[in-house]
Amino acid sequence: MDTLSAPLTIAFDYTRSLGPVLGRFMAGLRGGRVLGGRTSDGRVHVPPLEYDPGTHAPVTELVEVSPAGTVLSWTWTDRPLEGQPLDRPFGWALIRLDGADTALLHAVDAGGSDAMSTGMRVRIRWAAERIGHIRDIECFEPGEAGPDSGGDGADGAVVEIVTTPIRLHYRHSTSVEESGYLRGLAEGRIVGRRCPACRKVYVPPRVCPACGVATVDEVEVADRGTVTTFCVVNVPFAGQRLTPPYVVAQVLLDGADIPIPHLILGVPAAEVRMGLRVAAVWRDRADWTTTPENIDHFEPSGEADAPYETFAEHL
Amino acid sequence: MNGTSAGRVAVIGFAASDVSVTTSGVETLVPVFEAALARAALDRRDVDFWCSGSSDYLAGRAFSFVNAVDAIGAVPPIAESHVEMDAAWALYEAYIKILAGEASTALVYGFGKGTAGELARVLALQLDPYTVAPLWPDAISVGALQARLGIDTGLFSERDLAAVAAARDETSSVETLLDRPYLAMPLREHDVARVADGASAVVLAAADRVGGRRAAWISGIGHRVDPQGFGERDLTAVPSASAAAADAGGLDGVEVAALHAPFTHQELLLRRALGLPDEVRSVAFGSNPMFSAGLSRIGAAAEEVMSGRAAVAAAHATAGPLLQQNLVCVLRSGS
Repeated sequence: MDTLSAPLTIAFDYTRSLGPVLGRFMAGLRGGRVLGGRTSDGRVHVPPLEYDPGTHAPVTELVEVSPAGTVLSWTWTDRPLEGQPLDRPFGWALIRLDGADTALLHAVDAGGSDAMSTGMRVRIRWAAERIGHIRDIECFEPGEAGPDSGGDGADGAVVEIVTTPIRLHYRHSTSVEESGYLRGLAEGRIVGRRCPACRKVYVPPRVCPACGVATVDEVEVADRGTVTTFCVVNVPFAGQRLTPPYVVAQVLLDGADIPIPHLILGVPAAEVRMGLRVAAVWRDRADWTTTPENIDHFEPSGEADAPYETFAEHL
Repeated sequence: MNGTSAGRVAVIGFAASDVSVTTSGVETLVPVFEAALARAALDRRDVDFWCSGSSDYLAGRAFSFVNAVDAIGAVPPIAESHVEMDAAWALYEAYIKILAGEASTALVYGFGKGTAGELARVLALQLDPYTVAPLWPDAISVGALQARLGIDTGLFSERDLAAVAAARDETSSVETLLDRPYLAMPLREHDVARVADGASAVVLAAADRVGGRRAAWISGIGHRVDPQGFGERDLTAVPSASAAAADAGGLDGVEVAALHAPFTHQELLLRRALGLPDEVRSVAFGSNPMFSAGLSRIGAAAEEVMSGRAAVAAAHATAGPLLQQNLVCVLRSGS
């Protein structure tokens, strides 16, 4: 059977505290200067280390190095990836700045791979707007340091936090079992699978987490069931679709042996209780696709509450 | 490891799969567990400790390893742990657990769907988050910087790299490989192990649980890590691999080595760093299934010993595009 898959993009702005060494290094970049850290053996590290690898003492001495340096190794990228320093073909290089004893990694805007070589001289091209981030170095370019290195030379306040946006793209693939469940939803059916060993029915279907075996037989379950437990959401958060307070509950569908989480609407939050009988409220049939979102929410069915014994095993 | 612990823990089963249908990998693991346990002649209820290696970044979802516990069948409750590393490091945790007397048997597993995302970008995020990762350097470009340093210093040539690839694939010749275009100069497509989906499992047992089973005894494991900064070490040396081999008791007498070398130049750097003579056979390394490739090297080395093809075998696992983190495990026949 063809299984369903869909694109998935996740994104998050990573914010990181810098501490005294990298905080000064980033402040230097903002001011158009590169600072290296001197360790007890006299070597200057760029980027600076926070602790001396020989003595383990904190590194406190930062010294300015040149914005120009020498390429120790390089490669060439014909097809830049999202987020990389340049959107046209460029070189990656390990560059030892004059005055430094270690190399840093960055991009070189050289035009073509023919212009790259081990030992070539390169200089920093500063970003137009500098905020105290490694990307304040836009890239390197062939050449020696000019009279104007970029900034006014003032470091200003230590940078305390850097923010790096992360965006990653995936194709999420479902199993045969999950695909059967999603296709059922597109037809208004809720389909689970039964474990051949313990006979429990899982919705959505999955490998039986109790027995560790694949579930085989498809079983259609009802679109109504019992609230086993619930919580009242009172806290607002980014991206929230409903106005608090509202109820998220575990709903044990009739015929299933594991509850699904869903919204309980159409009843004041204070009246939702364990054992409450609820029924699915489907969206307009014309909008159904292979997604659990076809069920908008659950609401009370009007039936008498289920006795505790009928769902006690599922708490 | 010193001599007092040598020979007290053995590999008794191994299985691997190069198939992964879903992002979660759960369905892939069920038959891998069954095969590894069958080879170990052990029931899953007789496994004292389960330990896995995988990464949420590969799957693009939080706590993805928790899903995988479904494949174990966790009723009644199990003892379980996880490392965000290749599962070779999970094996180290399980090995210590057995040595400490907290378990007699363990099943170690690694899994990942390396093809689910843009792996080259995903792997950039394992690098220094302040000064490197924000540039999004892809793993192949970073590996290429190391390969060029090796070529510039005369350790090997592009022809030598092609010879490593040709030895892995009988259908190719060095001449035809050298005619192909660069992927990231000086690396060509054959220099980069194909990223694949996959899973593997290794079963460990303490001496008193091995019984009459086939066994490859672990005589030592070491693992070491390099400094974080690229510029802080000579990238043509792999000091953390050398140190890990020493911690594992050294590689004297090793007849076969299963090395985890995602690039052809890294196989040459590793053989040099580990001091492996030419007569030491290599177990061919094909694709690079993330998070199970290293564990599978231990499984492959153990198979060499259990089958009688070798009396002493070495396995190696790595993490990072520049061999920044290395684990070496030595396996022997007899106890």
